[in-house]
This record gives sequence, structure tokens and C-alpha cells, in this order.
Amino acid sequence: GARLWQELLKWNGWGYNDSKFIFNKKGQAEFTGKRYRLGGMVLPTFKEWIEKTFGASLEHKTTSRASLNVNDVPPPIVNEEFLQDLRATKISYSQDAEDRVFRAHGHCLHEIFVLREGMFKRIPDIVVWPVCHEDVVKIVELACKHNLCIIPFGGGTSVSSALECPEEEKRMIISLDTSQMNRILWIDEKNLTACVEAGIVGQDLEKQLAESGFCTGHEPDSMEFSSLGGWVATRASGMKKNIYGNIEDLVIHIKMVTPRGIVEKNCQVPRMSTGPDIHHFIMGSEGTLGVVTEVTIKIRPVPEYQKYGSVVFPNFERGVACLREVAKQRCAPASIRLVDNAQFQFGHALKPQVASIFTSFLDGLKKFYITKFKGFDPNILCVATLLFEGDREKVLQHEKQVYDIATKFGGLAAGEDNGQRGYMLTFVIAYLRDLGLDYYVIGESFETSVPWDRVLDLCRNVKERIVRECKEKGVQFAPLSTCRVTQTYDAGACVYFYFAFNYRGISDPIHVYEQIERAAREEILANGGSLSHHHGVGKLRKRWMKESISDVGLGMLRSVKEYVDPNNIFGNKNLL
Amino acid sequence: MKCYTPVIYKGLSPCKPNAIKSAVLQSEQVQYVIKQLAKEMGESPDIIQEEAMEILDEMGHRMQLGAVRFFAFTLSKIFKQLFQRVCVNEEGMQRLQHAIQEHPVVLLPSHRSYVDFLMLSYLLYTYDLALPVIAAGIDFLGMKIVGELLRRAGAFFMRRSFGGNRLYWAVFAEYVKTMLRSGYAPIEFFLEGTRSRTAKTLTPKFGLLSIVMEPFFKREVFDTYLVPISISYERILEESLYAYELLGVPKPKESTSGLLKARRILSDNFGTIHIYVGQPVSLRTLASGRISRCPYNLVPRHLPQKPSEDIQEFVSDVAYKMELLQIENMVLSPWVLVAAVLLQNLPAMEFELLIEKTLWLKGLTQTFGGFIEWPDNLCAKKAVLSGLTLHSNIAGLVDGHVVLNDKGVEDGAVGEIVFRHALAVLMCATYRNQLLNVFVRPALVAVALQMAPSFRKEEVYSCFNFLRDVFSDEFIFFPGISLKDFEEGCFLLTKCDAIQTSQQEIYPTDKGSGTVSFLSAMFRPFVEGYQLIFRYLSKEMKEAFTEKQFIPAVRNFVFQLLEKGSTQCYEALSSDMQKNALSALVQLGAVKKKKTPNGFTYNVNQEAVGKILDMFDARIPVQKPVAARL
Repeated sequence: GARLWQELLKWNGWGYNDSKFIFNKKGQAEFTGKRYRLGGMVLPTFKEWIEKTFGASLEHKTTSRASLNVNDVPPPIVNEEFLQDLRATKISYSQDAEDRVFRAHGHCLHEIFVLREGMFKRIPDIVVWPVCHEDVVKIVELACKHNLCIIPFGGGTSVSSALECPEEEKRMIISLDTSQMNRILWIDEKNLTACVEAGIVGQDLEKQLAESGFCTGHEPDSMEFSSLGGWVATRASGMKKNIYGNIEDLVIHIKMVTPRGIVEKNCQVPRMSTGPDIHHFIMGSEGTLGVVTEVTIKIRPVPEYQKYGSVVFPNFERGVACLREVAKQRCAPASIRLVDNAQFQFGHALKPQVASIFTSFLDGLKKFYITKFKGFDPNILCVATLLFEGDREKVLQHEKQVYDIATKFGGLAAGEDNGQRGYMLTFVIAYLRDLGLDYYVIGESFETSVPWDRVLDLCRNVKERIVRECKEKGVQFAPLSTCRVTQTYDAGACVYFYFAFNYRGISDPIHVYEQIERAAREEILANGGSLSHHHGVGKLRKRWMKESISDVGLGMLRSVKEYVDPNNIFGNKNLL
Repeated sequence: MKCYTPVIYKGLSPCKPNAIKSAVLQSEQVQYVIKQLAKEMGESPDIIQEEAMEILDEMGHRMQLGAVRFFAFTLSKIFKQLFQRVCVNEEGMQRLQHAIQEHPVVLLPSHRSYVDFLMLSYLLYTYDLALPVIAAGIDFLGMKIVGELLRRAGAFFMRRSFGGNRLYWAVFAEYVKTMLRSGYAPIEFFLEGTRSRTAKTLTPKFGLLSIVMEPFFKREVFDTYLVPISISYERILEESLYAYELLGVPKPKESTSGLLKARRILSDNFGTIHIYVGQPVSLRTLASGRISRCPYNLVPRHLPQKPSEDIQEFVSDVAYKMELLQIENMVLSPWVLVAAVLLQNLPAMEFELLIEKTLWLKGLTQTFGGFIEWPDNLCAKKAVLSGLTLHSNIAGLVDGHVVLNDKGVEDGAVGEIVFRHALAVLMCATYRNQLLNVFVRPALVAVALQMAPSFRKEEVYSCFNFLRDVFSDEFIFFPGISLKDFEEGCFLLTKCDAIQTSQQEIYPTDKGSGTVSFLSAMFRPFVEGYQLIFRYLSKEMKEAFTEKQFIPAVRNFVFQLLEKGSTQCYEALSSDMQKNALSALVQLGAVKKKKTPNGFTYNVNQEAVGKILDMFDARIPVQKPVAARL
């Protein structure tokens, strides 16, 4: 099973092999494959957008090497005694170069760039596939016995350099792939919980629960590929957290294998007062303490009715004010997101060719109404996308309440279609980077959380900082620097940035990119934003940990690590 | 009529002055203070709100284009009467135009005259730039019509002192910040706080600067541009007024009738004005890596927060930096050189010698980085002559000799010889002083060379360091870089071959002894003046006293010495020098300053002042640890 999944996925980019953006023979953009709604569709205005936004041209192309060159791969460090012991356990493993490289990285820009054009200095020496909790216990015991390094691997969607092997690691590195631990162990309908093995990926979890009429409702943007164990290890957040909660709200019980032994609780209860919650040592530990093997998670009946929606605001300020009011009244729909103007135009560029003259006529009419009749400036307006879920009647009621608030902030309802397309884009947008990379455009996203009163200042300043840094670092073309407010809370919001630029004329684009990303993070912190809302720290953002949680705070985390894993078996060097 | 369409800040949504006022009044910041005060005083918030409204009305500007046009029209007439030329650096105006569209802009002009802000507004208007709102002293309000006109031209007013009044502070700070955040107009104020009566740059005030920097610290704006502007006058409009004031003849209160009387000067000629608009300095760049962000992240931004120590230090550094930039770009007229030479050669100087010396000083000034307006084809004689013509009230040519004109500046109403001479000296000194800002580092090295018991580096440095401390209120030094200043001074002296340095020693060259003695003579009035004042304090002031008591008393003391002929240091009569000397002693810990209900009182520590006086005679213990770094 392990190989099959790996073969479906790109070795040097995001997602499925068969799904990607291409320019067809007519020079029009197209999305291939049948997995997404956008699949097989032509995007007539996309080429122009990409040319205008990045100054990119179809004539200037870079290509990734076609396949992995096995000769470049660093030779594995092998501990023969361990191998002997491992064989005795009958747990399947591989020392194959492709398997090892596949698990040597996440999806940071620099990692993908290395895949396309270079080679990692250090990669795992062996991949093991435990199929159950007991297998993991055995592997961890063997690693302790032979003093080896384990790096847990779930879906491989990390964007914090968390999966990169520390270059200086001299011990044999075991990539512990949890993908074969993917069963739902039991469903408890009375308490609405399910016990699931940690390696299951999001889409399988929802599919299998749906067979029994349930869902977790946890939908991070990476849910097609990311795993339950990974969510726990990084403190993940889902799009529909307003109804279902973030991972810390969803988890009832965690079982984790550590070098010290197994950590778990004695009961599966909604809340307990037994000192600091040990779950909170585990959530966000980013693979530094052990391997999460089983998780009991809350489930809900699949909602009867879902409805998308969208609202146009005259400007971003009004949009943020509306989201703040929605949060204040605690009536946020399952999801509510506000994209800025640049992202609105971006979304517009991804509009597929419309089938009939009638729809195109309707589109024209809508545009006329909003820009001419209502006087919205198409270069300033912004859009909120909405997703409602629940009983049909309650959804409709809820919808009215939200739209009424939006009206007070100058918002105009802009239809279900725009809303739905907005959410679909979330899933395909990750594929765009691979297209960009072919045409000298590199980019990435990053996120933060921020108190309400600083949202606008933070968005403006971070975008501006990116533009300025690009100019200073010699980037020839103005970058795409855009943001959206993706989550609302009582006390603040989560903000997501996209940043991309055309790197033609720059000799070391990745270095320049990293400098700019670092400056952007500095800017976020100076504006009162957090180091991360849900991507985690990994190795990419470690340098700011002390500032983020204070010396003493860092010491507290270190002392836990020292007790649980004194020999640093879980040596991925994340976080601390 | 001129079509006035200024470029504006990119994020600006235009709004009326009244809308700004109500935004200020309704702001969280002001409302918070109103509620706090209401609670503390047991008053209803409405009453305090009312009070805040009154403050705003008193303070706020009412910029109206009509008034601006009227003003511009009148000013252009008046300026044309008064001044021959106004010179502006074009590229500076272009940079400014660019800056205004990019980020909020704070204009920081030097302050030598009331003409400063009128001229600057007029200039911006002429260049089609947004008119600044100006923080001006509230004394102006006394001038009924002009005050109102100024207000309509964009001035807003602050009380000279409002330290204790929290409501006033909150309203004022928020008013300034609102205008800055919205990018409504450039803010303009004077770092020096008041017009310098001596043409030496005054030590900066920090209050307003820290207000305009706060929006950036709190990241309410991406950046803020600070623009140092140097305005120099070939002849200062208020020159005689200042001299009287420094000698303790009370200053007339600003009143409209006073201004009308000033019409008499309209028939007079005041030469050229030079305005140098400096490179806009990005606050973000200045702050990069210096400010810890934590304090602003953990408290809601609308709460009044005392700036942390590193912020205060940063604000002070920026203030000094801006003033040093003002000094660097200040245009000096040839007359400034003439005045400096003349003051060393009183009572009379041969005309030809004056020309020769002036030319020599021109070269020296240029070596030291001074910015002299001296056209290439202008011969020295002409330059000196035109200076003498313009300043005929100060000096004149008699039988081939140049002498101070101390025959009574105005109608000869004040009879005493000493007083008349002092007036002429102080007026002349005002021009020489413009040179001091540029010369202070090398000159203090020169003074130190003459003071030090030997040429050993550490002894010379020790003297320099002492002088720098003593004169810290007299001249502008960037805080905490004494050694760097010393090195710069030495470097400049080496550059003009005045000194040579070896591993251990610094000594004047044969050729350079003239330069060294000229430089130390240039600063002698300060060295001597301070000694006189210190001597007086150590001998006479046995009990606690106020500044109001101190100034006339010390003036009297100096006056008597001058009458007796036991000193020639007329400049010690200057109340400016007297205040600076007192404040230097406070900083050196030799005088205790205490706050009492009736203002500040001072207590002299005789022994400590005595020690400082000893230092002037170079009985200075060398500080080893510092010397080790040389």
C-alpha cells in the first residue's frame, strides 16, 4: 500500500502526479486530471494575469530534472546490528534511494527547489513502515538500544523544515512512516468519539467516517495528504474550526510512544483537572518527543446541509470590520474568509471559460452592478467567502444574520458560486507553485495570528515590507504580496500571506527569498503577530522561539524533552 | 490665481479639520484619559469632555485655502521687500515631494526667526506641496488677527508648558498623531523648541519628537520620514531684538501692534535666505535593530504608556542626529567668516588684513566641512564689502579700518558704553556662532592642546572630554561618543596640517600654531565666560536661588568686572551663556536642582564648582581607563 500512494504523488512538487497546471498548445492555462472541479478546464485569463503580475513570460522557462538521479543521493549510514534486530520484527522497511529522498523533505520552497535542481546533504538512511502501535514500540526500543535517530513521517506536508534531516547527524536516521497505521479502531456513537490510528490521512478519515454517517469536521487545507498524527504534532487548525474546533478542541485522548515509554491518560473524558494537560506537551511537539500512534477524536453527524456564499466589500478595511463584528456576535459560519484585492484578482484569473453566452452575460451584468451602480472600485474592493453548515433551516437563518451584518459594513452578497470557487481554489492553489517554478516565479505562503485591533496595520505593513525588501534585494519585478484573514476568534484573527516574485536576473533566488521571508516574519512580530498560528516552528522559525515564549518558557519545554528523550532519539532538532 | 493642487500621501482620504477634531475627541486614547480623570476627580465625564473640546479649539488648526492664498500673496510681497533672494535646493524639494506621497512626513527646521515657518509654508505652497501643520507656541494667540490667520494657514498651537495637565497632553498628543497617521499633512515643529537667540543650535527637546515617533513604534504607520531642514539668514530679522533680550532688556510680547511696528524694518534689507531641505531620514531604518518590540505588543495600543528607557535613549539619539544634520547642511555666508575674524581683532582691524584672514578662514571652514555660499568668481574684497554693507548696523569701515558700530543701535537711548559695546559684540557673535557649530570638535581639541600640561594623548583627550562635558548644553554633541568626537577633531586638524600625532602625543605643527591659536581664540569667550560665571557661583551664591535671581545677579557681577576693565569677556553678559553654564553644573553634579512649588531652585556645592574651576587651569587628574582606549 505504501508504494502505491507514493507513486500517485509527485516526487518534486505538490500533490497528485496527474493534477497540474499547464499551458496547452494554444498557450492557454489548463488544469489537468479529473480529481478537482477545475480539472480539464481552460483558464482563459490566467496567462495574462501571470504575465502582468510577475512580468513572467512563457518564453522564459526553467525545467526540473525529469527524475531523481540515484547517483546523487548520499549513501546510507547503516547499523548492521539494528538491521538484524529489525528483520526479526518482520516490520517492513526500505533502503531504496527514492523512498529515502521522498521522506527527506516537506514542502517549503527551498526543499522543492533542491528536489528540482540539487540534492539534500542528509536524508534518512532507512524507511520503516510500522502497521500498529506495537510495531512503533518495537522500533523505538530498537532505536534506543542502538542509539539511532528517529524522524516520524506522516503526510509529508510540513512547511517549516520540520522533516529535513539535521546535516550533522552521524547516527543512522530512521524515517518512521506512519502511513500504514491508518485504521479506524472503533467508533463510539454514544459519546461521539472515534479511536483512530495516527497515520490516517484527512481525506480517508472523513471518507471512512462518512460511511457511518460521521465526520470530524477537521479540514486543514492540506487534508488530502496530511495525517492525524501530523495534526497533533503541529497543533493544526481546520477551515471549519468555528463549528468543530481546532485539533486541541477535537482531541480526547492521545497515545504516544516515547523513549521513556508510552504516555497516555487513564480515561477518555471531556475535561480533567490533573495539573497541566499532558496533551499540551504532545500537541505541537513536532516529533521531538515521540510518535503519536493512536488518537481518540470527537466526531459529529455529517451535516444535513451545506451552503456557500460570498460578500463583496468596498475595501479591505470594511471587510475586516465586518469580520470583527461577526466574531463579536459569535455568529461566524463554519468558515469565513476575507481576501484582499490582489487575491480577489488572482481568484478571478482562475475563472474557467464559461460554457454559455448567458452566463458570461450574467457575469458582465454582475460586474456592472457592483462597479458602476454601486461604485465599488475593482482595484480596491475585496471579497469574503462563506461556508454554512448544519440543519437547512438553521443555515438559512444563520445566513441571513451574517448577510445583515455584512450590509451594515457596505457588503453586497455576491453569490454562492464565487464562494464555492474560493474554497476550491484553496486546494488547487498549492499546485500553482509548481507552475510558477517552471517560469522563474517562486513563492510561498505563511501565516500568523493577531489581535483584532492590529489586523489592518499588520496586513498593510507586512505586505509593504515584502515589496520593499524585494526592491532592496534587487528583485527586478514587483512581487505578488497578498493576504487573507482566514479565521476569526473572539480576541483576534488568523492571517495568511501569499508572497511570490519573478526571480529572473537573480543568481541566488532561494537565499533572497529566505531573507525576505525572514524580514516578513520580523515585521509580523513587530506588529504584535504570533510566530505561527498553525504551521508550527520546525527548524525554519526556531530563531524566534526565545522571543516568543521567553527564556523560562523555553527552559520548561527543554526540561520535558530532557526527561522524555535524554539521548535525543527523536533528533529532528525541531522547535527547541 | 495660482492653481494649488498639492500631491498627497497615498493612503489619504481627505477630511475637514472639524472631522479631525471629532476623531481626536472620540479616539480611544482621549476617551480613556477622560474616563480616568472623571473617576479620579469625581466629575462627570461630560464636563471633562467639554474641557477637552475647549483645548482642541484653542489648539486646532483651521486650514482654509482662501487664507493660505491670502497669506501667500501677502508674504510674497513682504518677503520681496525684506530679502534679496531666497535660495532653495531643488533636489531637496523633489525628494520631499516624493517622501510626502510615500510616508507621513515630519519637517524639522532649524529655528532662528519667526520667518522660519512662514517662509517654509510659503515655499511648500509655491512648490505645490501639502502645507504643513505647525506646532507653534501659544504666545502667538496674543496676536489677534495674525494668530487667527496663522491658524487658518495651518498652524496649531501648543502651550509652552503643560507637563502636569494630563488631559492637555492626551488631547495634544492624539491630535498630532491623528494627523500623522492619516497623512493629512506634514507635521512641522522645531526640535530646538524656541528660536535660538544666538544662532547656535539649541539642545533638542524630546516631547514632540517622541509623540511623532510613537505611531511607528506601535506600527500604526509603516514608516515615518524625518526631514531636517536648515534655514539660514544672511541677516537675521530679529538680530537686535535678540541682543537686547540676551542682555536682559525685556522682550516685547508678541502682539499685532508689535508686528505693525516691525513695518519699519520693511524698508531695511536682510539679504539672502538659504533653505536646505535635507534627505528624508527613514525612522524605520534608524530604529532597525534598536527597539525591543515587546512593550508595545503586551499592552493595548491606546493606553498611555511611559516610553521605556531604550525608547527614550533612542528618541534622544534621533533628536541629536537630526540637529547635527541641520548643522551639516546649514549654509554659511561670507559675513559669518568676517564676524569670526573681526571678533578676535577688536577694537579695530585693518581692512586688508581682514580680507586676507577671511579668505584664510574660508579655506579652513571648507576643510572642516562647512557649507559656504561663496560664488567662484566673487573676489574676497567684494564679499567682505557686501557683508559690511548689509550689516552696517554692526560694523563699518573707518579710515581703512573695520570697527564695531557701537554708537547705539537704536536711537542711542541706552547710554552706557559697556552696554552699547556688549550689544554690538553679541550681535556680531550671533554670526560667528554659526561657524562654531561646525568648528566645535577640532576647536575643542585646539583648546585642549593649550590647556593640557603636556602633549600626551590621554591628557589632551582628558581636557577635551572635560570641555565637551562642560559645554554639553552650549554646543551639539551626539550623546556618548566623546572619543569619536575627539578623533574627528584630531582628524580635521591633521587634515589642515595644524597638528601631528604620534603614538603617544598630539602636538601643533610649526605651520599650524596659527590655526590652533585662532581656533582656541574663537572659543575663548566661552572658556572665559564659563569661568567667570562659575567663579561667581562658587563665591557668591551661598544660599538656594532661582534662575530669575541668578541671571540678573551674575549679569551685574560681569558688568562690574567689565566696567573695571578686569575682563574683556562681553559675551559672559549673555543670559544664554549664563543659563547654559548653570545647567552644565547641574549635569556635572556641582549644583543641585530642586523642584519646589514655585519652580526650580538651585544649590551650589562650592567645593565641586571649585574643582571644576581648577580643571580649567588643567589640574586635571587623567582618567586611566578611558585613556587606555585611545
